Order: sequence, then structure tokens, then C-alpha cells
Amino acid sequence: MAAGVATWLPFARAAAVGWLPLAQQPLPPAPGVKASRGDEVLVVNVSGRRFETWKNTLDRYPDTLLGSSEKEFFYDADSGEYFFDRDPDMFRHVLNFYRTGRLHCPRQECIQAFDEELAFYGLVPELVGDCCLEEYRDRKKENAERLAEDEEAEQTGDGPALPVGSTLRQRLWRAFENPHTSTAALVFYYVTGFFIAVSVIANVVETIPCRGSARRPSREQPCGDRFPMAFFCMDTACVLIFTGEYLLRLFAAPSRCRFLRSVMSLIDVVAILPYYIGLLVPKNEDVSGAFVTLRVFRVFRIFKFSRHSQGLRILGYTLKSCASELGFLLFSLTMAIIIFATVMFYAEKGTSKTNFTSIPAAFWYTIVTMTTLGYGDMVPSTIAGKIFGSICSLSGVLVIALPVPVIVSNFSRIYHQNQRADKRRAQQKVRLARIRLAKSGTTNAFLQYKQNGGLEDSGSGEEQALCVRNRSAFEQQHHHLLHCLEKTTCHEFTDELTFSEALGAVSLGGRTSRSTSVSSQPVGPGSLLSSCCPRRAKRRAIRLANSTASVSRGSMQELDTLAGLQRSPAPQSRSSLNAKPHDSLDLNCDSRDFVAAIISIPTPPANSPDESQPSSPGGGGGGRASSTLRNSSLGTPCLLPETVKISSL
Amino acid sequence: MGAVMGTFSSLQTKQRRPSKDIAWWYYQYQRDKIEDELEMTMVCHRPEGLEQLEAQTNFTKRELQVLYRGFKNECPSGVVNEETFKQIYAQFFPHGDASTYAHYLFNAFDTTQTGSVKFEDFVTALSILLRGTVHEKLRWTFNLYDINKDGYINKEEMMDIVKAIYDMMGKYTYPVLKEDTPRQHVDVFFQKMDKNKDGIVTLDEFLESCQEDDNIMRSLQLFQNVI
Repeated sequence: MAAGVATWLPFARAAAVGWLPLAQQPLPPAPGVKASRGDEVLVVNVSGRRFETWKNTLDRYPDTLLGSSEKEFFYDADSGEYFFDRDPDMFRHVLNFYRTGRLHCPRQECIQAFDEELAFYGLVPELVGDCCLEEYRDRKKENAERLAEDEEAEQTGDGPALPVGSTLRQRLWRAFENPHTSTAALVFYYVTGFFIAVSVIANVVETIPCRGSARRPSREQPCGDRFPMAFFCMDTACVLIFTGEYLLRLFAAPSRCRFLRSVMSLIDVVAILPYYIGLLVPKNEDVSGAFVTLRVFRVFRIFKFSRHSQGLRILGYTLKSCASELGFLLFSLTMAIIIFATVMFYAEKGTSKTNFTSIPAAFWYTIVTMTTLGYGDMVPSTIAGKIFGSICSLSGVLVIALPVPVIVSNFSRIYHQNQRADKRRAQQKVRLARIRLAKSGTTNAFLQYKQNGGLEDSGSGEEQALCVRNRSAFEQQHHHLLHCLEKTTCHEFTDELTFSEALGAVSLGGRTSRSTSVSSQPVGPGSLLSSCCPRRAKRRAIRLANSTASVSRGSMQELDTLAGLQRSPAPQSRSSLNAKPHDSLDLNCDSRDFVAAIISIPTPPANSPDESQPSSPGGGGGGRASSTLRNSSLGTPCLLPETVKISSL
Repeated sequence: MGAVMGTFSSLQTKQRRPSKDIAWWYYQYQRDKIEDELEMTMVCHRPEGLEQLEAQTNFTKRELQVLYRGFKNECPSGVVNEETFKQIYAQFFPHGDASTYAHYLFNAFDTTQTGSVKFEDFVTALSILLRGTVHEKLRWTFNLYDINKDGYINKEEMMDIVKAIYDMMGKYTYPVLKEDTPRQHVDVFFQKMDKNKDGIVTLDEFLESCQEDDNIMRSLQLFQNVI
């Protein structure tokens, strides 16, 4: 909780006076306020520089060095001051944190030194205020990276050590992913790279025309046809290597499905598949055309280089991320092409022997003109055509030139944004976590306090002292305040878990009680009210007795303990009840015309005979719920007689 | 009053010219604009002297000093506005939504209905609540419940207040909060308080009924020693 909130505690407690007339139960007494010694000024001597502050200021954060009793270790009785042999400049920031609640990060100091001071004074780095948080984190990350790099450079290419019991599969995968880890992996890496290059070069060289063979010296042939065997062997070798690599990767992959779906494996498959298809397909004329086409796919082997090159991967990612801009470029180009093609077609329609035979034919002209290529294979001859042609080429420059810088700047923006977004996301998570932590801290503190039986009014002294010892005065008062609110509204604070259990059991119990309860009136929706608002008529009492709230509060495991166990009829004292390990609480409202207490503890009265044999253990929660219902309906007056006063029922 | 509003005060008195022509209106408009700007930048309030406050309230000097130090730390400008009130209350009751109750509380603290609570208001109310007589406390509570400050509490006002209190409990309560719990609570309250059953509770009825109830009397002594 923020330190400043402690200032407002008197106001909040005073404002609780507004609840008083509404409270239907007596509010708990305030925690004993030990006589405060008044506000005194403490002197803190940090390496000779004296800082003076109110004691209250330091007490705002009781879980730090200066706020807790830990500072007594540094107390110098002779001079009456607290002496710390630390950096006084840093201490200034620490002390300002106590004063203002915000921890600022000094710009000119080393971040490591700052961290050390924080650790010494018991301040968590998350306390750094929002104004300085980003810079603090950046500097810290920079520092950490630099240190990590230094460390890495020190280690002479050892790489992260493998866990001892790693399987062959894991080692293989690691070798594939990080070729620098072992010599064999490196060799494999270079070999595959070499073969990719060889395969690509072979594909290219295959088509170069060589001098004719001895048989037909005048005829020029592509080398592929001249030396079919050689090329075939080379191709086979490459494909064998690639297939082997692919199968090995498939074997080593930790998640085969994911590997099969990944882009690289698809490229691998596309690279080697044509070869096998070519092998399988018989060499007849019909399919040879298709077979030839398949050879085109061999060029995809070049993409296998992306495993070897970081740059290719980045390029691919860039294109992917700029897809929308590229799409826009394409769309606008298409629009322009269609418009100009149509116009050119109709402009040149009249001319005889014109190239502009149709609008699609004019597309080619438009594209060539707009991209300022200007092959000259299609040229307008009419004046109108020439005018429109010039307009087309001018607009082409504009249409193409405009989106490209957008794409480029987009790329740079996306790149930087990604970096910043990651940073911001991390910070946001931390901030939310901080807020949630603070919130849940207060909530949990109070619930924890309740669970420890701290809400005992007349509990035995030692137990109360036990619970109370670890809480600061502020927390005491705050918990007292929350307790008052509970008493005013006759409802208790719980956590989410018990609440959902209660909801579940409520719906469950409601149904069963309707069907099985004999002695009571039909349960209405209002039956689940707490009992402690007593001014209603007796009807309420009966409805209360049927309430499944008692069942719901105890979760199902309590019902288990309920089933089939003999209990002693002697009711236990309240303090020991609350000390039960189960999460059970006694909502005891001790007012005058009180009706009955909701008992959620598994202490059934032994005098209700039908209770000791609840419905069969296999009967499920519903049956047990009904038995407890009956139990509570008949048994409530007998439970804990010394704590319950029964009004006229 | 020790209120210092910088140069604001000098602009307070608007001199009215007999003839209201365009130029005059424009001049007024400009001055209002300047005033508004000044007001936005210079809201700073200093409380009356320590002796005066000590005389007016039931706190000692030291207590006032401690209170003021905390107050000034949190609100350097010297006034608390409703937003801050709500935030403070939300920190004390993180489980549920304390803003409605904080709103009513703020209106009860802000006796002059200016929209901001100065240190004097703060301390005066605290003095009543913590060190006042039973009569004063009950009267203050009546004032809190009487939302429209007409001197009577009717069921709607009570309903609003009770609903606001229940809102503070939040969702996760045991037993589960039902829809008509607040209404029943209000009915109970009215049954007790409304002596002549006319549907409204006057100050006298309220005082009388509260003084008859031992619980309330006892609880009123609870918050004595808060400072």
C-alpha cells in the first residue's frame, strides 16, 4: 500500500462512523493503540553526511531496512544517530523515496552501484518510479548484455554445456540448430552448403549451350543434354545428401508436426521431390513436358541457403510484415493498369496493324510504360494514343514511387516498433503485476489475518498475540476497518476460490434442498441470506436453517470429513474452532434477537440421529448436502450453545 | 480567512459599467479567461493559523501538526478534490468499488459545497467524528445520509447509501451477496428509525432511535483514539 495512504487512515477510520447506525451487529473494538512516542526526528549519518527525517517518514515502508527494526543494528548510542558506511549520494535517492513514495534513478551513477544500494536498503528494483523506470531498465539491460557478451568472449567457443543425459536426438537437433557447437556439426553445415551451391550451379550450367558432341559436331546442345550422365550423377548425389539431411532433421526434431509445418522443411521437400517424381514417372512423351516443368522447382534449392544466411531470413520476414503495403502497391498498380490499358486500347482502336489488339494486350504496354521500362515492342501511333501514353508514363512514376518509400519507412518503423513494443509489453506486465500484487497484497493480508483467527474478540490471549505480532500498527487499524465493514453488512470478504465454490454449492444445494428437505418450507431465492440480520420474523430463521451457505462454505472435502464420523457432542471453544486447518470461519453475530449461527465447521451434533449416517458415501455431493441441510435445520439450536442465543422461534 | 489566492483576489471584484456595449462584453470575456487560467495555475490554499484551528477543534497542537504534515505531503496544493478522495478510499477498500461511498463522504466533508475539501474542513470533520460528543457524531452521520441536505432521510437516499456501502464489499463475499440484500437492510433500518412510520426519518427520530440502541452507542466510542 502506498505510504501516503497511512496519512489518510484517520480519515478513513473516522468516516467509518457513517456505517455505525446501519450496522446490525456490534462493531469490533479498535486495536489497542500503544502510546505513540510522538513524532521525533531521526538522524541518519551516511559516511559523514547527516540526514534528518521524521520517524514517521521512515515507518512508511516497514519492510525495508530503514523502516524496520533492522536499522537498530546500525544505531550508535554514543552519538544518538544511525550510521551507515555507504554512498551518501545514493542515499539521497533512497531517502527521497521514503519522503515522496517515488524512487528515482540517478542519471550519472552506474546502474550496478545503484542496484547494490537498493539491495542493501531492502528496496526492490520494481519500486523505481514510472518516470525513471524505462531508462533504468534500458540501462540495466544494456549492462546485462554487455556483461553477457564479455562472458561469452571469455569462454573459448565452448557453447552451452549439454545436459549430461541428453539423448542422441537432442544432440542431433542441437547440432543442426547451432552448427558452431561441435566440429561435426560445422562440417555438416559446410558440406550441405557446398552441395546446395553445387546443385544450383549445375542447374544453371545445364542449360548453357555446349559445343556439339562428337556425333553431331555442328549442332549446339545444352550441356545438360550433352553430358546427361554426369549431370544426373551430380543431381543424384545432391538429392541424396538433401534427403539424408531432411530425414535426419525430421528424426531429431523435438516436435515433428511443427517441423513438418515449418517453412524450411517445406522448402526442403519441394527441393527434393521433383527428382523422385522424375524417377518414378516413366519416360514417355506425354508427361515429359510436365516432368520438365518440375525441374523448375529445383531452383527452390537456393532457398535452402536461408538456413545459412541470416540476411535472407530477415528479408523474408520483412516482406511478410510489409505484406499490406505491398498489397496496396499491387492494387493501385492494377487499377492504373486497367484504366490506362482501356484508354490506350480505345485510342488505338482505329489504327490498322496495331499491336493493341485487345485490352489485355494493352496491359503489357501499360506495365512496361508505367515502370519506365519502355521496351518499344508496342508503340502508340495515334496522337491521342501518344498523349495518353505520356500521361501513363508520368503517372507510372508517381504510382510506383509513392508506395516504395512508404514501404521502406514502414519497414524501419515496424522494426523499431517491434523493439519498443516488446519493451513496453514487458514494462506493462510488470506494472500490472505490481498493481495486482499491491492489491492482492492488501486483500490477502486481511484474508490471511482472518484465517489465522485474528478476528477473535474474546480469544485466548496467546493466540491473539501470535497473530497480532507480525502486523504493523497501520495494518492493525486497516484490518479493523475492514472488519467493521464486514460487520456492518453482515457479509464477509472472501477470495475468488471460495466464492466460486460457494456459488457452485449454492446452486447444487438449492436443488437438493427443494427435493429432499422435509421439514421445511420450500426454499426460495432469498433463503441464502445470512442469518445475522435478525429483525425479520421467524420465517427467516427457518429459511436460514435451510440455507446451504453452511454447506457451501465448507468445501466438498469438509463434507467428506463430515460423512460417517462420530463426533463428540461437546462443542469446541471458538478459538480452537478457528484454529482448525480447514478454511472455516465462524460468522458469529452476537446480537440480542439473534436466531442462529451459520456453522460451517464439520462439528455436527451427535444428537440428530439421521446425521451420523449421511447418505451413502458414494451418494455424491448432493446427497451429502441434503444431509447436512437437515443437520443444520435440526441441529443448529444445539450447536455451540454458549455462543448462540436463540430467540423465540 | 487565511485563504491566499495569489493575484486572484485582486480580480475578484468585477466593476460593472453602466452601459453594456460590445466592447465591455469582450473585455469581461477576456478577463474571465485570464481568471480561469490563473485559477488553474494558482490553486493554492493555506490554512488558518495553528492557534485558531486548535481553538476550533478538539485536537492538540501536536496532533494538528501531524495531521497537516501528512495532508500537505499528499496534497501540496492544500485542497483535496473528489477524485483524490475516491482514489484514497479505493486504496483502503481494494476489494470492491468505493467510489460511490467516497462521493457521499466527500459531500459530507465539503460543508460549503465548493467541490474541494480544505484542511480546515478536513480537520473540523475529523474533530467531530473522533472527538465530538455523541450528539455531534450522530448529527454528522445524519448529514451524511441526507444526500440532498433537505433535513430528511427518505428511503431512496438510504437505499443509495446502503448500496454504496455494499459496493465496497466487492464481489467475493461470504455469504454470496444477493440482489435485495441492500433493500432488506434498508427496510430493517427504517423499521427501527422511523418512529411515526411516515416514510422519512427526521433528525430527532434519528437521534432518538440511535440513542436507544446500545450497540450503536457502544460503537460510537470505538474510534476515539485514532490519531
